[in-house]
Amino acid sequence: MQKRISNLPFTGTPEQEEKLNAVIARHKGEKGAIMPCLQEAQEIYGYLPVEVQTMIAKGLGVPLEEVFGVSTFYSQFSLTPKGKYNISVCLGTACYVKGAAAILDEITKNIGIQPEECTPDGLFSLTACRCIGACGLAPVMTINDEVYGRLVPEEVAGILAKYKEGNA
Amino acid sequence: MYRSNVLVCGGTGCTSSNSEVIIERLKEEIKNHGLEKEVNVVRTGCFGLCALGPIMVVYPEGAFYSMVKPDDVPEIVEEHLLKGRIVKRLLYQETVVDDNAIKSLNETPFYAKQRRIALRNCGVINPEVIDEYIAVDGYKALGKVLTEMTPQEVIDVVKASGLRGRGGAGFPTGLKWSFAAANQADQKYVCCNADEGDPGAFMDRSILEGDPHVVLESMAIAGYAIGASQGYIYIRAEYPIAVKRLQKAIDQAHEYGLLGKDIFGTGFDFDISLRLGAGAFVCGEETALMTSIEGKRGEPRPRPPFPALKGLFQKPTILNNVETWANVTQIILNGADWFRSIGTERSPGTKVFALGGKIKHTGLVEVPMGTTLREIVEEIGGGVPDGHTFKAAQTGGPSGGCIPASELDIKIDFDNLASIGAMMGSGGMIVMDDTACMVDIAKFFLEFTVDESCGKCTPCRVGTRRLLEILNKITSGNGTMEDIDRMEELCYYLKENSLCALGQTAPNPVLSTLKYFRDEYIAHVKDKHCPAGVCKALTNYVIDPQKCRGCTLCARNCPVGAISGSVKVPHVIDTKKCIKCGACMEKCKFNAIEKK
Repeated sequence: MQKRISNLPFTGTPEQEEKLNAVIARHKGEKGAIMPCLQEAQEIYGYLPVEVQTMIAKGLGVPLEEVFGVSTFYSQFSLTPKGKYNISVCLGTACYVKGAAAILDEITKNIGIQPEECTPDGLFSLTACRCIGACGLAPVMTINDEVYGRLVPEEVAGILAKYKEGNA
Repeated sequence: MYRSNVLVCGGTGCTSSNSEVIIERLKEEIKNHGLEKEVNVVRTGCFGLCALGPIMVVYPEGAFYSMVKPDDVPEIVEEHLLKGRIVKRLLYQETVVDDNAIKSLNETPFYAKQRRIALRNCGVINPEVIDEYIAVDGYKALGKVLTEMTPQEVIDVVKASGLRGRGGAGFPTGLKWSFAAANQADQKYVCCNADEGDPGAFMDRSILEGDPHVVLESMAIAGYAIGASQGYIYIRAEYPIAVKRLQKAIDQAHEYGLLGKDIFGTGFDFDISLRLGAGAFVCGEETALMTSIEGKRGEPRPRPPFPALKGLFQKPTILNNVETWANVTQIILNGADWFRSIGTERSPGTKVFALGGKIKHTGLVEVPMGTTLREIVEEIGGGVPDGHTFKAAQTGGPSGGCIPASELDIKIDFDNLASIGAMMGSGGMIVMDDTACMVDIAKFFLEFTVDESCGKCTPCRVGTRRLLEILNKITSGNGTMEDIDRMEELCYYLKENSLCALGQTAPNPVLSTLKYFRDEYIAHVKDKHCPAGVCKALTNYVIDPQKCRGCTLCARNCPVGAISGSVKVPHVIDTKKCIKCGACMEKCKFNAIEKK
């Protein structure tokens, strides 16, 4: 999946920066410190804007391109912010064979965005993910930590409506 | 002592279908009836029969409740746990015998043909309590190795057992260990590959969630055998439950002195750290995995030097996958001959398969090597549901191939699968029925490998993309017969020239579908027709005038106004305007619309 750099303004807070600095200090000097730093930074900020990657590079004393090389290599690292609700549709083989493509189509129709995008109001983001290992429930999608299994396209609108409610 | 033990599955499958709520409800109801001292609730690992989750088993009766809903819990507690009357209505019906008695789970078709070695503790013990693991002979093998055996004897037993790596290619485990043992170095490493990236395979996750200690114990055994003091488990961050339980297991093992310094007072030191993967399929390849543990882009390295000589941080390293580790303790305890008595001559032991796709009983099954595909699909898996017919089983994920119905009687082991162009891989087995288009399936896997190719070597980076382009051309109706030949040629080129297994095996889905389903490719190219009606560009929606009542529902739902006709007169679809969204077919109440 091609990664795009977010052009949204960076809105990090001093508290977040303090947390990040603590993470960097903890891992500094450790073998292979970039990955755990990026993983924890993503937990703090929700995604990895260039500003955060620059702080990690400076903090660890490695070139930014090395950090950027790692962050763009792994699909778990997101360079764009996630919505309040992140929808992940599993496109693993078991789900695909059971019609996951139709579920994904239905969602993109419903909220008007493609995978790896976020709705303008920041409510939903969409990810086409790899197998989450719940193949017995195929096809599966998750919305944040909530898992929805044995889906049929007709159910999608109803499920999304629950999340839209109270946020309109 | 508890009068009853209630085992509730806490694997990812059942947790996804709400088993946590059931556990809460259960504890609450048990408390309400004052049974806390008599009934014990255990959150276990995966039972394997994920299709029927959430699963609950009550012992000593062995009553197997399936698809339990939170609202069923009060009835189960009151009737079964309080009054001792099994709620037959909620049992897995295969366990209910005609005369209303219940039979053991092991006699049901799903479990009868299975032999559980790697999964022996999954769904049996509470994975978060080390004492439960010790109670089932846990850490006994490590004790035996450290106090009674020399490192060479350990390697000899594993070699003699014929155990082959369960992660893909089936390399002999003992041989791998002996290479690393022979290389002298100040530091060596033992690694566990828990980066289960094959879509549709989840046996490693289930072992980690259901029996995490077995991996730790086996890694320590290998550490003793090759002379390593440090282990790493590289695990997918997408498996949060497994990560949590592994960390807990490591902490408990430390507390008991089973990891760390001077284990069992023998002077042997061994420690294990977790490293979280970040979602890159190529990191399942051994050298890429090691590069990733080093914190870099997970790109593979050329071999030689092999990891047994220069692996992690350039030190001698062995890497085995989770399922392989799960076999090691049993081989040490029961001996090489016992292990060789199971399975086939060249592939001893069992193999766990993750059955998924169009099959009745999706879930995890562990069978002796040499079991036929037919036994797995028809007897254990319960066959293809909804009146459809079996078309192919796909094994080995994006590196594997499709096995057609004509090969259903193949005895499954490493060599037999390779001989028909498929691959054992990690053991994902996806069943497809007649609604699957094999060209589309090949395209699905190629999209995956194009996405996951790390870009280091040109054959894989460019070759997979060109393959995908040809497949797209064919599925959009623009393919030529020359394209099929060119594609085949490119496949062999990729196989021979790619740096790592990802590129070398990427053409397998194309080659195996070409081998067994060439007629489908030809139909796409020559007749511009997709026999399964999957490829949109090659499918036309047609209204059967015999069945159409002229209700106008389809015309009203067509988003592009492609359907014409008046009330009570059969309608017609203008195929030039039709965008093949399928809305008409979904809405039609008379099944008058067909894909052709």
